[in-house]
Amino acid sequence: MRAAGIDIGSRTVKFVVMENRDIVHEAIAYNSHDPISVARSLLSEHAFDRLTATGYGRHLISRTLGCDVATEIRAAAIGTAVMVPTGRTVIDIGGQDIKVISTGENGAVRRFEMNDKCAAGTGRFLEIMAAALSLSMPEFIQMAQTAAQPVRITSMCAVFAESEVVSQLARGCPRDELALGIHQAIAHRIAGMAQRIPLTETIVVCGGVARNTTLIRELTRVLGLPIVTPERAQLIPAIGAALLAGSF
Amino acid sequence: MNQVDYHPMWADLGLNLDTHDQLLAVLGKVYQDFFLSQPNRPKGMDYFNFVMSEVHGLRIKELIDARAAGRKVIGSFCLYVPEELILAVDGISVGLCAGAEFGTAKAEMFLPRTTCALIKSFFGFILEKVCPYIAASDMIVGENTCDGKKKSYEQFRKLVPNFFGMDLPQTKSDEGRNLLRSEYVRFARALESLSGRTITVDSLSQAIETVNAKRQAIHRLARLRSADPAPISGLDALLINQIYFYDDPIRFTQSVNALCDELEQRIAAGNGVFPKGHPRILVSGCPMAIPNWKLPWIVEQNGAVIVGEESCVGERGTRNLTSAHGDSIETLFDNLVDRYSRIDCAIFTPNSERIDHVDSMSSAYRADGVIHYALQFCTPYQMEAFQVEKTLEEQKLPVLRIDTDYSMEDVEPLRTRVEAFIERIRS
Repeated sequence: MRAAGIDIGSRTVKFVVMENRDIVHEAIAYNSHDPISVARSLLSEHAFDRLTATGYGRHLISRTLGCDVATEIRAAAIGTAVMVPTGRTVIDIGGQDIKVISTGENGAVRRFEMNDKCAAGTGRFLEIMAAALSLSMPEFIQMAQTAAQPVRITSMCAVFAESEVVSQLARGCPRDELALGIHQAIAHRIAGMAQRIPLTETIVVCGGVARNTTLIRELTRVLGLPIVTPERAQLIPAIGAALLAGSF
Repeated sequence: MNQVDYHPMWADLGLNLDTHDQLLAVLGKVYQDFFLSQPNRPKGMDYFNFVMSEVHGLRIKELIDARAAGRKVIGSFCLYVPEELILAVDGISVGLCAGAEFGTAKAEMFLPRTTCALIKSFFGFILEKVCPYIAASDMIVGENTCDGKKKSYEQFRKLVPNFFGMDLPQTKSDEGRNLLRSEYVRFARALESLSGRTITVDSLSQAIETVNAKRQAIHRLARLRSADPAPISGLDALLINQIYFYDDPIRFTQSVNALCDELEQRIAAGNGVFPKGHPRILVSGCPMAIPNWKLPWIVEQNGAVIVGEESCVGERGTRNLTSAHGDSIETLFDNLVDRYSRIDCAIFTPNSERIDHVDSMSSAYRADGVIHYALQFCTPYQMEAFQVEKTLEEQKLPVLRIDTDYSMEDVEPLRTRVEAFIERIRS
């Protein structure tokens, strides 16, 4: 059986087709004002028997295509259980929210935390900060990685943090030190959320922001525990959705 | 449905008719979408639909007629204001709602942005001139519960005629009880002087019995909700708990009892509003005043049923009866103080009885999980949320903590959390 999962995120849409737990197709596209069209073009020309939708657009897709739904919390837990079987804490950092999930055997969700209506520490926050420093995302991550010391950023509101960064630039702070300061501030914010639930190893970070090696380095330091970032970290919830589709 | 044109009445009350029409239009739409669209509602909800459709109409007319006949209308914001004392001077008690995001911009001319939605709402209602209950009240009682309310009343009292400020203790100690008692005596004097009536043993005993009967009807409703399948939705039960604060107490009691008769038949027939085995949620936390239905709506749209509310608009407010035994006013006042000092509001410290109550409600109504509901910037409940969560999770009862406000902008993230919580319960 070919089982498919689609994860309609705020910034990107992820699509995976699996056959007997092997990934036979994967794709990532930027989301737009019209998530259904983005989803349709990802799905087109790929045969599958069942589909499960996850991500904030799951109900929209489900209504349009008549598929099953699962929350991205459940999907990330299931996807992690297969990709990193020892994983017991999943930190999913996406475009507009962060989830910290404590899992049991087979990806059962034990506890979870999710940020309130606020973009602090999310992928979108990082994008805004990179833009405030006139850097591309790879430049932003690289510069932060090699900075000698951080400039402390105190604000976690995307709007206030942007003006804080702008005023620090006006005072002559080097961009690399600001970039590191921003990464550290976010690492502390995520760690604060993660520490509200039992932090059990192995800790797995997934979602688009898992590709940010500086953030992973800083988060590892703040938590004082090793972090695993699986291959295809951004696809984990889509993989989980596909596994759920296959289990029906 | 609304045959009578109430605009002249609203104009007489000084309401802003345009803004008020907008409010009613929004309310009507939300009521249609959230309540009337629910499948398999009990017939007994017809009465409450009618009350809601006339909440700014016929009920206000009743208040105005009662005033013309010499009775006094007392508006209040809190459970600590004893309805018994108001009824004992033949007064009418109305709970002022404050559950809608309305007039926020005007409210923020008086209040910091970081004020809870409930306080902003009652400021918004008076500043936009859309609350007929405030306009039809002879006295508005504001009580010193949280800092937000206490300090905001300093401004609010200037906006309403005849404001009565009531102090409240913060500990369930003898000193606290003494303060509560002296404030109740002072409130009783104010009511006597407003109404020209004297509170007697007879009038107070009678009032106690009227309010107890209302509470007992609500207790009956609460017990029936322990059935699986649930015979009534959490939204409808919440609505009844909200109407508790507005309606004529005797008529309300009769209507709740009539509904309960029907629910008993439903239970006997195994007829519910959701299938048997549907995940069951207890909600605990901040009050949900009309028309704050966001969270229960999300929960019941996404695969669970709410079986109880540990809330001011719910069992925290209605659980205890006042003893009507006593042949002196002093004894009856002691009984009132006994009863009201057992309300587990988070402004009290310590307040561990509240967690015990959440725990006992969870067992009594067979809840599979608890959603702790706090309004943003409501420090007392946001703080207690951590203790509630820790205690219940240690007992293997899943807890979801939610901080939100009255806006609809966070519906989707809330839906994700609630759905994931229900997935967790189901697995």
